[in-house]
This record gives sequence, C-alpha cells and structure tokens, in this order.
Amino acid sequence: MRAIIASLICGLLFGFGLIVSGMSNPARVLNFLDFSANWDATLAFVMGGAILVAAPGMFWVRKRSKPLFANKFDIPTSKTIDAKLILGSAAFGIGWGISGFCPGPAVVAIASLQTDVLLFVGAMIVGMLAQHWLKPKAA
Amino acid sequence: MNWTTTPFEPLAGLAGGLLIGSSVVLLLYTLGRIAGISGIAAGAMTQHGIERYWRLAFIAGIVLSAVLYMVFVGDLQVQTQMSSAWLVVAGLLVGFGTRLGSGCTSGHGVAGLSRLSPRSIVATVTFMAAAIVTTNIIRHL
Repeated sequence: MRAIIASLICGLLFGFGLIVSGMSNPARVLNFLDFSANWDATLAFVMGGAILVAAPGMFWVRKRSKPLFANKFDIPTSKTIDAKLILGSAAFGIGWGISGFCPGPAVVAIASLQTDVLLFVGAMIVGMLAQHWLKPKAA
Repeated sequence: MNWTTTPFEPLAGLAGGLLIGSSVVLLLYTLGRIAGISGIAAGAMTQHGIERYWRLAFIAGIVLSAVLYMVFVGDLQVQTQMSSAWLVVAGLLVGFGTRLGSGCTSGHGVAGLSRLSPRSIVATVTFMAAAIVTTNIIRHL
C-alpha cells in the first residue's frame, strides 16, 4: 500500500511538472521543435531542470542498498544499441513531431476531454499493445 | 497555415523540470524504478498484481494532477495543431515506437540521460532529430 501511495505522489509531481512548464500543451512542444520564426525554447529548460535534479538525485539514491518499499533497484542494464532502439525511437520522434504529444503530456491532456486528445491516447494505447503482442516472446 | 504561438517561459520550464526531476528521484528512492511514462503506461495494461497496481497509481497521479489543476488553478491549455486523422497516425507511432525503443522523453530523455546510459543517449538524439525533421517538413515544405 505504501508503494502505491508513493507511486501516486510521484505521478502527481510528474503531472504538475508537465502542467507548470506548459509541456501538456502540444502547441508549445511543436514550437520548440520548429526553430523558425516563433521559437519557444521552454522545453530545453524543462529537460535541463529535470536532469539538474535527477542526475545527482539518482546517483545518490543508487548508493543506497535498496529502495524504501521494494527489495531491489530495477534499472535497465543493457548497453546494446540495436535496430529496435533506433527504429523505435525514430518512429516515436515522427509521431511526436506530428502531434506535439509524447506519452506523459498525452496522459495529462486526457483531463481536457477533447475528442482529438482522446483519439491520440486511444491510438497510442493501440500502438503500445500492438508492439506487446507482436514482439517475440522471450524463450 | 497559422500555428498557435506560445511564449518562451524559461522560469516556468525550469520549475516544471525540477518537479519532474524530483518525481524521477522519488520513484527510484521509494520503488526502485525508473519513471518512464511509456513503460509505465504499457505495463499498467500488460502486467499483473502489484506490478500493474503501482503503474496504474502513477498514471492516476498524472491524470489527477491535471484535474486538481483545473479545479483549483484554472484552464489546462491543450491546443492540438493537426487534424484528427493525423493525431491518430501520430498516436500509433508514439505508442508503437516508444515500446519498440524501450522508452520516451522521460525514461530515455530525463532518467536515461541523467545516468549517462549509452542507449538512452542514442535514443534521445534519434527521437529529437526525427521530431525536429518531421515538424519542419510539416510546417515549411
């Protein structure tokens, strides 16, 4: 139960971060990606601010023996740069560049109940599940 | 085509970034997990038991933040710039792509870059480049 509450609080913090910085507005994200006339560099400050906290914070946390409410840290260890990583990231980038939505802001935007947002999120879920069903099961 | 303009707000960006970074650190500190939204959203649908519940709680927290903001602060600005059909295409690409590439702006872009993961550096450069090219083709070609 403590883990669930901690996770909910993390979600709240994350969501507020996206809202305060205006990242939940796809117009603002697209105005970062489009360097021309009305460039809005806010996104760079969001990434910078997040890394400013996360880099030292994660380094410090990982020196602990285990997390507060779990038995071990579960951090990806793979260093393999393969086609899946590149192709997946490229596909994501194209979708992000079309819409201005990456997954976090899209979840925030659900609350607006705009039809177009719900269509995007529905399609995103279908895409996620399609990848899950299509991937070869680990032997 | 007239695209909606938005003001450059470095302080709001920085403040939001600090909150997002804090969330990433707190999730690692309490649950030992990386706050990657695409993985959390997908796992909320495909995992079982506690592995599903903590992810559902995180997603619920994000939605709740928006609801609280709308109740206590004001309008949530969400200004889409493309047609419904294009947004569906984009949604499919974002959903499929983030899972195939094992992460998005949060898991690779924030958490991954923060721990200097080589995979995350490659992923972030790739999706940033793809997004910039795509937006510029749409707006300027």
